[in-house]
Amino acid sequence: MSEHKMKKIYLYSKFERFWHWTQAILIIMLMLTGLEVHGVFTMFGFEKAVDLHNTLGISWLILFVFIIFWLLTTGEWKQYIPTTKKLLEVAKYYASGIFKGEEHPVQKSKDAKHNPLQRLVYLKLSAILLPLQMVTGLLYWTYNDWPKYGLDFLSLSVVANIHMACAYALLAFLVVHIYMTTTGHTITAHIAAMFSGWEEVPEDYKAEEWEVHEK
Amino acid sequence: MKLMRNSVLLLSAVVFLGASAFAAGDTAPGREMARQATKGNELWITADHSKFDALKQPFKSGPEVTKACLTCHTEAGHQFHKTIHWTWLDPKADKDLKVGKGGLVVNNFCINIQSNEPRCTSCHAGYGWKDKDFDFNSQEKIDCLVCHEQTGTYKKFPSGAGNPAPPPGKKFKGNGKFYAAPEWNRVAQSVGRPTRKNCGTCHFYGGGGDGVKHGDLDSSLLKPGKALDVHMGMDGQNFDCTRCHTTVKHDIAGRIYSTPAATERKSLLEDDLGSKIMCESCHSDRPHKSELGMKLNDHTDKLACQSCHIPTFARELPTKMWWDWSSAGQKKDGRPYVEKGEWGKPVYMTKKGDMRWEKNVVPEYYWFNGTIDSITAQTTIDPTKPVQVSEAVGSINDKNSRIMPFKVHRGMTPYDKVNKNIVIPHLFGKDKDAYWKGYNWENAVAYGMKYAGLPFSGEVGFVETEYVYPTTHMVAPKENAVACEECHSKQGRLDKLTCFYMPGRDASSIVDAGGWFIVLASAVGVILHALGRMFMSGRKED
Repeated sequence: MSEHKMKKIYLYSKFERFWHWTQAILIIMLMLTGLEVHGVFTMFGFEKAVDLHNTLGISWLILFVFIIFWLLTTGEWKQYIPTTKKLLEVAKYYASGIFKGEEHPVQKSKDAKHNPLQRLVYLKLSAILLPLQMVTGLLYWTYNDWPKYGLDFLSLSVVANIHMACAYALLAFLVVHIYMTTTGHTITAHIAAMFSGWEEVPEDYKAEEWEVHEK
Repeated sequence: MKLMRNSVLLLSAVVFLGASAFAAGDTAPGREMARQATKGNELWITADHSKFDALKQPFKSGPEVTKACLTCHTEAGHQFHKTIHWTWLDPKADKDLKVGKGGLVVNNFCINIQSNEPRCTSCHAGYGWKDKDFDFNSQEKIDCLVCHEQTGTYKKFPSGAGNPAPPPGKKFKGNGKFYAAPEWNRVAQSVGRPTRKNCGTCHFYGGGGDGVKHGDLDSSLLKPGKALDVHMGMDGQNFDCTRCHTTVKHDIAGRIYSTPAATERKSLLEDDLGSKIMCESCHSDRPHKSELGMKLNDHTDKLACQSCHIPTFARELPTKMWWDWSSAGQKKDGRPYVEKGEWGKPVYMTKKGDMRWEKNVVPEYYWFNGTIDSITAQTTIDPTKPVQVSEAVGSINDKNSRIMPFKVHRGMTPYDKVNKNIVIPHLFGKDKDAYWKGYNWENAVAYGMKYAGLPFSGEVGFVETEYVYPTTHMVAPKENAVACEECHSKQGRLDKLTCFYMPGRDASSIVDAGGWFIVLASAVGVILHALGRMFMSGRKED
């Protein structure tokens, strides 16, 4: 695809890969059990589905705490700082350039793993959607204790519907996210990188200054 | 790789610790107390009634035995006179309303006892309530034996107004059975605490036959297996009725019309002298263990234990579900007849009309605060819709209400078309006015209403009626409890209770439709994008 010489860089640390895949499994399992509880299909049986969903949910919450801790202590959170620079170019690339075999306007580098579009999406995901899903999930789970927490003004149907809306948004994200992994220089390049940690990038590419935030 | 494996271990350790903290087990207070109290069958009272001289006298009648009982049990008569087992009236209700089966409360079985006493009062713990003039102040008229005798030979004659058959005995035409006169001394000396058999003599046969009324009380509970009733099962706890229906001074715990069986759901650990009438008394309101049990326990504030633990009633013997009085009176060759259906139960009787029996019945569910509203023959009804002759009281907003399973007995019941009230027919009697002799509704109702002191227009119609029985016996072993999806699904058991959001049943159509639209749009989008890439890149290589 590209005539550039490629080089391998170590992009994803062990813990990063671990949390990514664990989270992926947890979210997919939560999705399956959650949709079963919602009455979409029968797979585990309602009781088992509820039990699994609760356990998975709590596990995810615990993992998420570790992820946030990791992001904060390593300074990796700066990878998520949004920018409008080259945002349009990236969007344009996915809308048309990709079909013409053009170069991606922003390549990955050690200090800037995410392109501007990814930054925006991942920030919204990890700062808004996932926490909202966890909060509504926790509320749903502790439904009986609302009066004790002074939360009896809440309505189960509102909480449940926000939880469902977030679930649909996450499912839509998952579809696009999985598809986007195929847009590397080979179909499986990005997925392979998320397993090995090593990503292939053009040898002569250097992250621009605006992309990099000092940690 | 080693670090990664450690991370997995760490995460699972954290998850495990978290989960086990949440699953901290609850114990069932009182359960052990109840278990200990039922251990062994040895005599644990200090008297042997066969040794009392008072019970060795030659007795010729029930009241003579009662007199002998009262020589020692000096307060028993006063105590018993106050209970509903004697008065058949709701002690808490306004006296003028005459709430109770001894008053004007009607049901959709044989409707009311007024003018039918001798037949109905064979289930009265007294002797001789044959008409309005029965002396409720007489202690001798109390029948101690029907509740306390332990020979199993003592039988009241079905139409004897509470009296056993006179010597040597008598055949009852209604069922063709011979009722022997009691051997008074043997019966009197056998007395003890009431067993299932004593209570069941009436409560299993209410409505004139086995399992007619309740659905969760019938003769299958005399010697039940654990699968039928986990508490009463002879291969299980082997409880008698009084184990839960705790009795103090002849006052037996249980619901009485609008008085709940218990107003508080206390466990024995909170009040060990309280009655054990509620499930919570022994099991507490956090009865389920295990991690999932925590979620099950979350149901106890809204759901009665019975709702899940009694999956169906009438599991061994059929119960009557429909009784259509309007079709009564048809004859074959000019004679009354009985047609029997499945299980040998009557499906048509000239005397009573069409009836339907069912087995293994899934209950209906209502909010219930422990009280039942009953109507009387004086209540004005709306005949354009089914009349709730008795009705569960409760609502989601009442903290004492729970969703409770019920048997609902439906039928067509005679009513006054002009005055719009359920009427009291004179069914039983040797006179021509009695429906079971003359088969004329107007005559029977005119007689019954006059007897009860109530007005009657002369026009009899039939209205559909519903009568509710809380389903609380026949608790199944836990592995047979109602599965989650029986309710947590569309068209589930709680389909009619729409006042709350239930996972698995309810959804917002907007959120669901919008959600699936976004998911599908994303899927279509990426497919088109992928096709575009395949098509374009192919062209580029040319």
